[in-house]
Amino acid sequence: MLAEPGALALPEVAAAADPASRGRRLPVFSLGIIGLFMLVAVLAPILSPADPFEQSLRNRFKPPVWEEGGSWKFPLGTDRLGRDMLSRIIWGSRVSLAAGVLTVLLASAFGAAVGLAAGYYGGRVDAALMRMTDATMSFPVILLALILAVTVGPSFTNVVVAIAVILWARYARVIRGQVLTLMQLDFVAQARIAGAGAWRIITRHLLPNTLGTLLVLVTLQIGYVIIVEASLSFLGAGIPPPTPAWGSMIAEGRDVVTRAWWVSLFPGLAILLVVLAFNLLGDWLRDTFDPKLRQL
Amino acid sequence: MSRPVIDVRDLRTHLVTGWGTVKAVDGVSFTVAEGETLGLVGESGSGKSMTCLSLLRLVPRPAARILGGQILLDGEDLLAKSEAEMRKIRGRRIGMILQDPMSSLNPVFSIGMQVREPVALYHGLRGGALAARAAELLAAVRIPSPAERLRAFPHQLSGGMRQRVVGAMAIAAPPRLLIADEPTTSLDLTIQAQYLGLLEELQDRHRLALVFVTHNLGIVARICDRVAVMYAGRIVEMGPVRRLFTRPTHPYTRALLESIPRLGSRAARLTAIEGQPPDLARLAAGCAFAPRCPSVMERCRVEAPPETMVEAGHVTRCWLEGGPEVGAPRGGTPA
Repeated sequence: MLAEPGALALPEVAAAADPASRGRRLPVFSLGIIGLFMLVAVLAPILSPADPFEQSLRNRFKPPVWEEGGSWKFPLGTDRLGRDMLSRIIWGSRVSLAAGVLTVLLASAFGAAVGLAAGYYGGRVDAALMRMTDATMSFPVILLALILAVTVGPSFTNVVVAIAVILWARYARVIRGQVLTLMQLDFVAQARIAGAGAWRIITRHLLPNTLGTLLVLVTLQIGYVIIVEASLSFLGAGIPPPTPAWGSMIAEGRDVVTRAWWVSLFPGLAILLVVLAFNLLGDWLRDTFDPKLRQL
Repeated sequence: MSRPVIDVRDLRTHLVTGWGTVKAVDGVSFTVAEGETLGLVGESGSGKSMTCLSLLRLVPRPAARILGGQILLDGEDLLAKSEAEMRKIRGRRIGMILQDPMSSLNPVFSIGMQVREPVALYHGLRGGALAARAAELLAAVRIPSPAERLRAFPHQLSGGMRQRVVGAMAIAAPPRLLIADEPTTSLDLTIQAQYLGLLEELQDRHRLALVFVTHNLGIVARICDRVAVMYAGRIVEMGPVRRLFTRPTHPYTRALLESIPRLGSRAARLTAIEGQPPDLARLAAGCAFAPRCPSVMERCRVEAPPETMVEAGHVTRCWLEGGPEVGAPRGGTPA
């Protein structure tokens, strides 16, 4: 990348250096999808055409409206117990989004606190906190959630706690790295010189300068958490039935996928869309606010 | 002369590193009176910055330790204060301006928020009075249209402007002692001159005691009353600027002065100081400058020279002055 492609590389460098070129087009697609699902989740009681819990054995495995035998009564068909798929997907968006957002908020708050403390105090505090972080990161999320589900029983709270308990380590690491860089900058020294104590420096000078990174990481991880929550629900260790959750809905259609493909396909599509939207938005935020974080 | 604002006595700050103990500040003593400017000059690593940080008790922990001496600020020993008491002294009674204006302001807050912070902290001002005082401070450091600049963010200002903002924050209290650690090194020459003028003006207005750290002897000549030359953690020569520049006694001071270009001088070459600054973790006995000194004597390698008074207010640490060997052969004629 030294001699030849210089002509190609240069405009890229110039673009990265020029702050004006950062204000790129908003990611309309991902914002639209996320906005849509947020709205659907909030307005679920109004939007859903039927009761998501209402069973009707006469209407088992009704296909979607455009297939032969489908009707407008069940636009996306029905499942094994004759429940309306569309309504269940609409209600399921609440579970997925709530799990994603809550988990990430918990994990980022704790992780950021650990990272700030480790980076600010350094020395032994840093060593102890980072070993704790490493240990946490070596533990598989799914395994912990399964253990929790088996011992305490599956619940929404357990899913959130199980994922957050592992996920914070990511934040701790990234934020610590940032804090170490920030601590070298003169404005932190200048704050000390002006008589600021630890709390003031951490809250006024370090934390605000890591918010961009936090925002990027949070957005990228909401998608990941939604997938983990869906995986857990799929395995039966997540949101217990009959609450509609996309992961468990996929699981319910697993055995009948050749006859009633819609039971698994539509919740799967919902997961795909939401996760894709969050990831695209996260990528965009990263490129816009923090181009140095490419490895995340 | 009245009682000095700051009176540093035999200050020792050591750094414990993997290579051994570095005597970064090794028995430094000086005083600065109200309205007086002391220049602190020396090569990189000679202990200038560590001396300044020691005055604020902000040496990098845990590697650095202030091991001994006294730092008397208006007669109170700062080394006897608790950390909580020190926090009330920092900024309020001792201010400091650092070298790099590009990173000395927090990029995410507006100039106004940053200037208001120390004012609110030191004077408890709120609301309109606070905003007015912040604008006043910016005006005092000659920033044009201060009220508008308060809304700007650091990246919208030039290096010189930012350094002025840092200056405004440093005099918010205003402090008794202001330490300027190479504040003009990264500024353009014309901006440098303006900034020095500004510092002098602020000093006059608030009767600040000013410690100016630099390795630019031109700046020392321009703004300092007295100058202390540091080498290997010690002040090797200290005295009034005019006297030190015309009649330096320490070979190191002489060498420093000979290494600056002069207009109209016919000398073909500048004299460089031979050799490297010493490794402070492996200082041999004797004078630290001995290995590079053109007029080194047997005695210099064995025994470190004590502080000798050349005349009132002018001290030096060299066997050439004082000691039994007064009048020993000199390496060269003084500049």
